[in-house]
Amino acid sequence: MTNSFLFIAFPYLSVTIAVIFTVYRFTTDRYSYSSYSSQFLENKELFWGSVPWHYGIIIILLLHIFALIIPGAYRWLLAGSRIELFESIGLGLAFLSFVGLIILAVRRLSDSKVTAVSYATDWLLLFLFLFQVGSGIYIALTYRWGSLWYLNTIVPWIWSLFSFTPDSSYVVVLPMIVKLHILNAFFLIAIIPFTRLVHIISAPIPYLWRPYQIARWYK
Amino acid sequence: MNIRTQISMVFHLDKCIGCHTCSIACKNLWTDRKGAEYMWWNNVETKPGTGYPTKWEEQSEYKGGWEIKGDILKPKMRGRWNRLLNIFSSPPMPTIDDYYEPWTYRYEDLFNAPEGDDQPTARPISLITGEPINIEAGPNWDDDLSGSTIYARNDPNLESLTDLEREQLNELERLVFFYIPRMCNHCLNPACVATCPSGAIYKRGEDGIVLIDQKKCRGWRMCVSGCPYKKSYYNWNTGKSEKCILCFPRLETGQVPACMHSCVGRIRYLGVMLYDADKIEDSAKVSDDKLVDTQLDTILDPFDEKVITAAKAQGIYDEVIIAAQNSPTYKFVKQWKVALPLHPEFRTLPMLFYVPPLSPIIAKMESGKFDVVNADSTAQTDHLQLFHSLADSRVPIKYLASLFSAGDTSKIDHIYKKLIAVRLYMRSITVGDVTQDDLKKAFETGNTNAEEAVMIYRLTSLPSIDERFVIPPMYREEAIESFGDVYDHKSGIGFGFMQKAERRL
Repeated sequence: MTNSFLFIAFPYLSVTIAVIFTVYRFTTDRYSYSSYSSQFLENKELFWGSVPWHYGIIIILLLHIFALIIPGAYRWLLAGSRIELFESIGLGLAFLSFVGLIILAVRRLSDSKVTAVSYATDWLLLFLFLFQVGSGIYIALTYRWGSLWYLNTIVPWIWSLFSFTPDSSYVVVLPMIVKLHILNAFFLIAIIPFTRLVHIISAPIPYLWRPYQIARWYK
Repeated sequence: MNIRTQISMVFHLDKCIGCHTCSIACKNLWTDRKGAEYMWWNNVETKPGTGYPTKWEEQSEYKGGWEIKGDILKPKMRGRWNRLLNIFSSPPMPTIDDYYEPWTYRYEDLFNAPEGDDQPTARPISLITGEPINIEAGPNWDDDLSGSTIYARNDPNLESLTDLEREQLNELERLVFFYIPRMCNHCLNPACVATCPSGAIYKRGEDGIVLIDQKKCRGWRMCVSGCPYKKSYYNWNTGKSEKCILCFPRLETGQVPACMHSCVGRIRYLGVMLYDADKIEDSAKVSDDKLVDTQLDTILDPFDEKVITAAKAQGIYDEVIIAAQNSPTYKFVKQWKVALPLHPEFRTLPMLFYVPPLSPIIAKMESGKFDVVNADSTAQTDHLQLFHSLADSRVPIKYLASLFSAGDTSKIDHIYKKLIAVRLYMRSITVGDVTQDDLKKAFETGNTNAEEAVMIYRLTSLPSIDERFVIPPMYREEAIESFGDVYDHKSGIGFGFMQKAERRL
């Protein structure tokens, strides 16, 4: 019962909340969509925190998604001795983002101007991400070749969720820390619309092809 | 020809007394809010000086404006990929320390302090953290501080001067300064628009006012670095960037922008100009010395029949064309050619023009005391010497050229000669001690005539409010028509959206 709630109902619930409230916030309060950058108040430490954090986490997140979407190509990538290289890179990126996160946390605590613009959700996000990246590193170090067993446990589980034939048996056997990693991930997804995380959705990719100048006409 | 209209401005620096009334009018109206306390959409700077934010002209550091790479015009902050890859922490962005930390005073201490021998004081506290601070900078902190080692001597424009000229500028007896009021230039080729990753900044098609869509801005802060004039500001409270809106709600109702209306020296002029939008990129792509000329070339003659026909064909209303014909800015900038853009070398084609200040150039030091007349001159030509000592000018022409003409001193020289001719002519009328020969010579060197001199004199010294500000009809009703039901807006007030401008989550 608990397992089917945590690994079937909760993921559905979290994604539903994320979609509905993100759309709701976008339509009713678009003004509140912002990265809420504090660079203007503190510039130097931010560089050493924000850059490694973002580059680390974005690549790792994309790799998680990549395995999910194209498992075949991912499996080929891991074949033979390549897996060692692959995991070292992954671990390196994880450490990079973890160190960035710690610098960001220390900065938020120690710089009084940044503290002044910190909201409860900012602290919550810092805490949840520290746990998420920390548990990820712990899993990578203690349960070897996570990149491989991820493919045979979590990937089919998420696919089962996608195809509306949920099967929690793939993940219930996993160690506690992995379960927490999964649940925390879905919790993070659920709170996207209630935090500054909405800036992920606003990633300004169209900037790459739009013309430099923009004019708006009445008609 | 792709004709568009642009609200443009002229500031006559000879008339600026540096009273900051414009800044206060703007502050009271628009930026007296949390997160915006430090913003001065309009500010007045003492020159030579470092300005606000500190050394904003130093583009090697701030990377504002455009540059030509090969044959391509690019934001100085580099290309699109570079912007996105640096979005997590944009290195050239100024921080609050480059402006100043806003503060208030703990006034309640004055009333609540326990009885004692000392006078209670109200300690300054930061408006960001609420904690006591030591005030180290503030609005117009460098006011009138010519010659100071931390402000005037660090002016980036002094780089073009020789060591000797720089020393002369700092000699106590020659100390000189003038004021530059600055606000958003509502450029034809705005770099803030080009560097905004969200595409939130836009130019209004009908009048050229540059605005930041507050609902589209995501706080990526690139516009702050991108604008070479540092006239886009990041609101640390709302997570959005803000800038001068040229008081568009006032303009749309036929009122003059607050900074201009309140100007004590009446230095400000506002009018509409027609320009050719197809020429923008090419005119920003030429070498530094041609920039002013090409920019003036993009501005079209509103009296030219061909221009009028084309403008009408492109849907520009007759009233707007008439406003363009009556525009005081067109007269200063195109007809008389006595106003120049600030730092044209930033290549944004700014549409705020300045008449360079004449006053500080005319006084001269002779044998230890101030003498406005050159000692070598003869009595009859005192006034000629007085107005002709360009080479001995207190503010080196090179310095003004570095501000207004990308280093081309001949542009400044032409303007001065014309303005001097105007003064001589008016003197010949009011005082009557200028010979016809001298006058003729002055007109020749100034490339002007009696008729033009009178027009320049009138618009400089005696203009009515309707001559200073020629506001074209903005056809707001049509804008409303195209977005919604006119009856919803009938007799309604207000604009924008109704949510409070603050961070909520």
